[in-house]
Amino acid sequence: MTSPRANRPLLEVDGLRVEFPTRRGTLVAVDGVSFHIDPGEVLGVVGESGAGKSLTGAAIIGLIEPPGRIAGGRVTLDGRRIDDLPYEEMRRIRGRQIGAVFQDPLTSLNPLYTIGRQLVETICTHLDVTPQQARARAITLLQEVGITAAERRIDHYPHQFSGGMRQRVVIALALCANPRLIIADEPTTALDVSIQAQIIALLKKLCREHGAAVMLVTHDMGVIAETADRVAVMYAGRIAEIGPVRDVIKRPKHPYTIGLMGSIPTIGRNVERLTQIDGAMPRLDAIPPGCAFNPRCPKAFDRCRGERPEAMAIEHGQVACWLYANGRMGER
Amino acid sequence: MSEAARAVPAAANGPLLAVRDLARYFDVSRPLLNRLIEGDRRQILKAVDGVSFAIARGQTLSLVGESGCGKSTVARLIVGLYTPTRGTIDFEGVDLAGLSRTALAPIRRRFQMIFQDPYASLNPRWRVADIIAEPIRAHGLIAGADAVRLRVDELLRHVGLAPNDGDKYPHEFSGGQRQRISIARALSSNPDFLVCDEPTSALDVSVQAQILNLMKALQREFGLTYLFISHNLAVVYYVSDRVGVMYLGRLVELAEAKTLFARPQHPYTRMLLDAIPDLEMSGRARIPVAGEVPNPLAPPTGCAFHPRCPWANERCRSERPELKATPTGAAACHAVEERRLPDARVVAPPALPS
Repeated sequence: MTSPRANRPLLEVDGLRVEFPTRRGTLVAVDGVSFHIDPGEVLGVVGESGAGKSLTGAAIIGLIEPPGRIAGGRVTLDGRRIDDLPYEEMRRIRGRQIGAVFQDPLTSLNPLYTIGRQLVETICTHLDVTPQQARARAITLLQEVGITAAERRIDHYPHQFSGGMRQRVVIALALCANPRLIIADEPTTALDVSIQAQIIALLKKLCREHGAAVMLVTHDMGVIAETADRVAVMYAGRIAEIGPVRDVIKRPKHPYTIGLMGSIPTIGRNVERLTQIDGAMPRLDAIPPGCAFNPRCPKAFDRCRGERPEAMAIEHGQVACWLYANGRMGER
Repeated sequence: MSEAARAVPAAANGPLLAVRDLARYFDVSRPLLNRLIEGDRRQILKAVDGVSFAIARGQTLSLVGESGCGKSTVARLIVGLYTPTRGTIDFEGVDLAGLSRTALAPIRRRFQMIFQDPYASLNPRWRVADIIAEPIRAHGLIAGADAVRLRVDELLRHVGLAPNDGDKYPHEFSGGQRQRISIARALSSNPDFLVCDEPTSALDVSVQAQILNLMKALQREFGLTYLFISHNLAVVYYVSDRVGVMYLGRLVELAEAKTLFARPQHPYTRMLLDAIPDLEMSGRARIPVAGEVPNPLAPPTGCAFHPRCPWANERCRSERPELKATPTGAAACHAVEERRLPDARVVAPPALPS
C-alpha cells in the first residue's frame, strides 16, 4: 500500500444499528452491520424479506423513516462521516454523491411533471450549469440509458413510458450528477425477465463507464451472480456471510447460505426435492439469543445458542458462524 | 352426447383435461357516448386467442410467459371464473360448456385453485378451520361438525401445520404458512385437478422451496394433476412434466419440460431462457434481447413476435403461424417449420435489422 488514498474504500459501514422504538420495546432491524465498498465495485446484498437489506441501504442515504433511527455505528463516504450530518447537508450528498434506484419506477417519478423537467431540476440542483446545458445533458443521459428519440421523449410524462423504459429513466435520474455510489434497491424485481436482463446489462455498463460503485440490494441470487463482485448475505438484521460472489455462490460457508443456495431451483439440475430450511426467519421481536439462525441450523451446538458469533475471516471473506472459529473449517 | 354417454368416464388413459381453441376476449372500449362523440373504435383485447393443450392424469403442465401473455386468464377460464369466448374445455372427455349448472357442480368439486397472494385469498375474519372447511360445506361432502373438524385436522397435518392452528386467524401466520392453508383448503374437496396461479411468487426462496416440496409430495400421495402458472422458469423446470410457452394470448411452444429447456425451438423460448440470470456463472455470452412485449390491443400482424425476432422474414410479418409438431414437441413458428433456425441452443443470431 504505497498510496493509501487510492486504496481507501469509497464507502465504509461500521457496526451500523437501526432501531424502531415501539410500545412493546425497541426493535433492532439492523444489528451491527459492517462492510465496505471499493470505488467502481458492485456489492450485492441478498436476504429474505425482513432481513434488513433495504434498511441498510436507506440508512446509508439517510432515508430512514421516523420513528426508525440510526442508533449506532458509523457510515463514512470517501473518508467523510455522513451518518450524523444535518438534514440539509445530507440532502446535498444525496443525488450529488449517492444516487438511488428503487424497485417501483412509478413511485420514483413524479407523474405530474415531464421526465425532462425532473431530470433538468435534478441536474441544476447538483451541478453548476444553465438550464440549456442541463437539458442537453438530460438528453445525453436518456440516450445513454437506451431511450430512442430522446429529444422527443424528454417532453413525455412518466405514464407514457412502459415499465422497463421508466426504470431506464430512473437510472438516468440517479446518474444525473455523476454520483460516486449508486444504491439500487431491487431495481429489476417489478420487471419481466426479458426486460430485467436489459436493465442489469445497462446498470453494469453505466457503472463501468462512469466509474461508480454500486450497492445492489435484491432477493434474487441470479441477479447477484450476474452483476456483483462481492456479496453480503443478510439474516435477521445481521450479515451472515460476505465474500467474492463466486466463493459465496459456489462454496457457501454459513449454514444459512448453504441452505439458501440449495433451495433455489436451477434449470438443468435434476433433483427430486429441493433443500429445505425448515421454519421461517424470526420476527424482530423474537430474535433468539446467540446466533439468530441457530433454531433452524442443522449444525447448531451449545455455543451457537448462547453466544453471538462475530464476523470471522475466512479465505477472501468473512463468515459469522462458530463453525469457523479458531481456524476451523465448518466442522464442529 | 347423451346423458348416458356422459356418465361413462372416457378411457382411463385419456387426458384428464383437454382444452381446444380456447379464447377469451375482453371488451375494453370506452363508453358508447365517447365512441359516438369522439369517433373512437370499439376495442377488443384478445387476452387468450386459440390455445389448445391436454394434461394427462397425475402430470404437471406449466404455462410460462411474461406479464400480459394470458396465462392467468387460461387458469381462470379452466376453473370457470371466466366463460370462454370460443373453444371447449373437456374434463375426462366431457365438454364443460355443454353441462347445466347442476350437472357441473359435482365436476367443479374436483377442480380447485391456489392463488398467488396468500394475504388476499384468505378471509381475515374467518378462523383457519372454517376457511378449510368451506369447500366441504359448500359441496355437502361430510355431515356433522365433528366429522368436518376431524377432516380439517387431517388436512392441516397433510400440509405441515398443527391441528390447533385451525383455531387461529390468518393474520397469525407467515406468508408460507398462509399458502399451506390455501393448499389445505384446495385439498378439502378431494380434487383431482389443481390450478396453481403463481403459488410461490409472493414467497421468499427458502419458503418457496418448502411449498414446492410440499406440492410435489402431495401430488405423489394423492395422484393430483396440476396446471401450474408461473413466470419463474427455474421453478417451472423443477415442477413440470410438460411446459407451454405463451406470448400475447397464444401458445408458441409446447414440449416435455426437459426437452424444452435443453433444446428450445421457438425464438421467444430461446430468448426467455437466455434472459435468466445464470447462477452457474458459466460466463456464457448472453444474447441481448431487443424490445418489449407489444401492446395487446394492437398486436403486430402475422407472428406477434416478429418485431423482436432476429429471424423474422416477410412470411412472418404477414402470415400467422399455427402450432405444428416438431421433433421435440410443437412450435408456432415459420422459421422452425422451414428449418431456418440453428439447432438447439443458439450461439449467435444474425444482427437485428435496424
